[in-house]
Amino acid sequence: MEARGSVFKYGDNIDTDVIIPARYLNTQNARELADHCMEDIDKTFITRVQAGDIMVGGENFGCGSSREHAPLAIKTAGIACVIAASFARIFYRNAINIGLPILECPAASRAIREGDTVSVNFDTGVITDETTGETFQAEPFPPFIQKIIRSGGLMASIQAQ
Amino acid sequence: MGMTMTQKILAAHCGQEHVKAGQLIEANLDIVLGNDITTPVAINEFEKAGFCDVFDKTRVNIVLDHFVPNKDIKSAQQSKQCREFACRHGIVNFFDVGKMGVEHALLPEQGIVTAGDCIIGADSHTCTYGAVGAFSTGVGSTDMAAGMATGKAWFKVPAAIRVELTGALQRPVSGKDVILHLIGLIGVSGALYKSLEFTGPGVQSLTMEDRLCICNMAIEAGAKNGIFPVDETCEAYLKGRSQRAWKKYEADEDAEYERTITIDLDTLVPTVSWPHLPENTRPAAEGKDIKIDQVVIGSCTNGRIEDMEAAYNILKGRHIADGVRGIIIPATMEVYKTCIERGYTTAFIDAGCIVSTPTCGPCLGGYMGILAEGERCVSTTNRNFVGRMGHVNSEVYLASPATAAASALTGHITDPREV
Repeated sequence: MEARGSVFKYGDNIDTDVIIPARYLNTQNARELADHCMEDIDKTFITRVQAGDIMVGGENFGCGSSREHAPLAIKTAGIACVIAASFARIFYRNAINIGLPILECPAASRAIREGDTVSVNFDTGVITDETTGETFQAEPFPPFIQKIIRSGGLMASIQAQ
Repeated sequence: MGMTMTQKILAAHCGQEHVKAGQLIEANLDIVLGNDITTPVAINEFEKAGFCDVFDKTRVNIVLDHFVPNKDIKSAQQSKQCREFACRHGIVNFFDVGKMGVEHALLPEQGIVTAGDCIIGADSHTCTYGAVGAFSTGVGSTDMAAGMATGKAWFKVPAAIRVELTGALQRPVSGKDVILHLIGLIGVSGALYKSLEFTGPGVQSLTMEDRLCICNMAIEAGAKNGIFPVDETCEAYLKGRSQRAWKKYEADEDAEYERTITIDLDTLVPTVSWPHLPENTRPAAEGKDIKIDQVVIGSCTNGRIEDMEAAYNILKGRHIADGVRGIIIPATMEVYKTCIERGYTTAFIDAGCIVSTPTCGPCLGGYMGILAEGERCVSTTNRNFVGRMGHVNSEVYLASPATAAASALTGHITDPREV
């Protein structure tokens, strides 16, 4: 499985309130949520993002509220993968549970720039910045989590059991 | 190698004698929780996966608290979906308007969560229940759905940071000042994936309200959970309240901690987190130049009766500054009623404040106190992120109830010892 797209780069501590502000949590409609994704720190994100693009953050990406609406909004906006130096733990669980691919890679998080074209191989964890030619190796998921991802999310994995 | 208190609770809930940090386990859950924002998404996942029954209708808790009484039609639809699900499945602990409170104030108050429990809640501040000696952590809606269906959840056993408390709090310094100080020391990712285990002789000077507040904001340091030992104060709180028998776990003497942080409670001062991260802490005394438009006293962090009492002690017989809007929100119906019985409500109204029925409302920028562009609020809530309480160019300063009340009186950030 691979992803390839342009990078939207953000900083450290990107919290779930800026990913999807709570004023929009009166809906569960994924498309409606996606339309407001990142708007408090990047008003043009939703107009520029193309299906398959990649989001890169710094430390503690997704901190704050437990709202699953956050990874859902990112995924529905078209983002194929989030790369960060580290993820807040609830966001990490939520992303895996709903099938939004995420990769932890501090070196890639530091080096990749806004607008670069990046490709990601999920099987090997290799991240390639095609704009600069640099490659990075992300931390592989533990086998238990790989099983959830292969099943297509947590509920599907429970059903399979 | 011994186990931490958290590790002991997790070992007992996955049927193993011993667990160690980093190990993946599947644990049995005592309590599963959701609110009016997260439960609808969980219901959809639960039903989409074809589950017919919850694992135990006495262990699943649904609290309508974020946007109730409903602020708009969409919120009303979400509450209705929760209500119908609760009715269909005979959920015993379903809390609707009239019975509800802000979930993390309500569940300990009602004795639903107790010492030794293993708890997940689809709300990040579920870590609050570490104050009663439980392992308790926030998850998302899909984890809640899986928990409702199976009564189980997977966890990576966390490593731990020991927070050794010495000395005693000097009132009006409170639990809020302790946790803000700690987050200021270690940062918003300082305890990422880890337990914060509070210990030491200073624990005995902390009330249950202090401990609930401290554990509530463990997530603001990135922690998986915060936890306090079950001592006499805790057992006195649980006695006559806990709906189930509780179990007291203690960390082994040779438990492994990644680091130990010592905080001398005697030296703590009223502390405020400046925008836009809880780690941006400074003494309240440095806030004289920060003029404010609004004060909010309430939430799962500071909406308990002791918090109302701290505000009352400062506001009684006085009036808040011109141009400041004072919003006081007792976190549960019991706290609300006690405020009336003790005369706090009248004193708050005479001081120029409004008193609302329980809601999370303004904390997350839902309703009941949204900020306009350029406005500033001193709030006893837990987050001060960009846009958290309203406009992206508004500012939230996190503080204790005493500091918030003192700031309401003067119109700028104020050390409560100075009013």
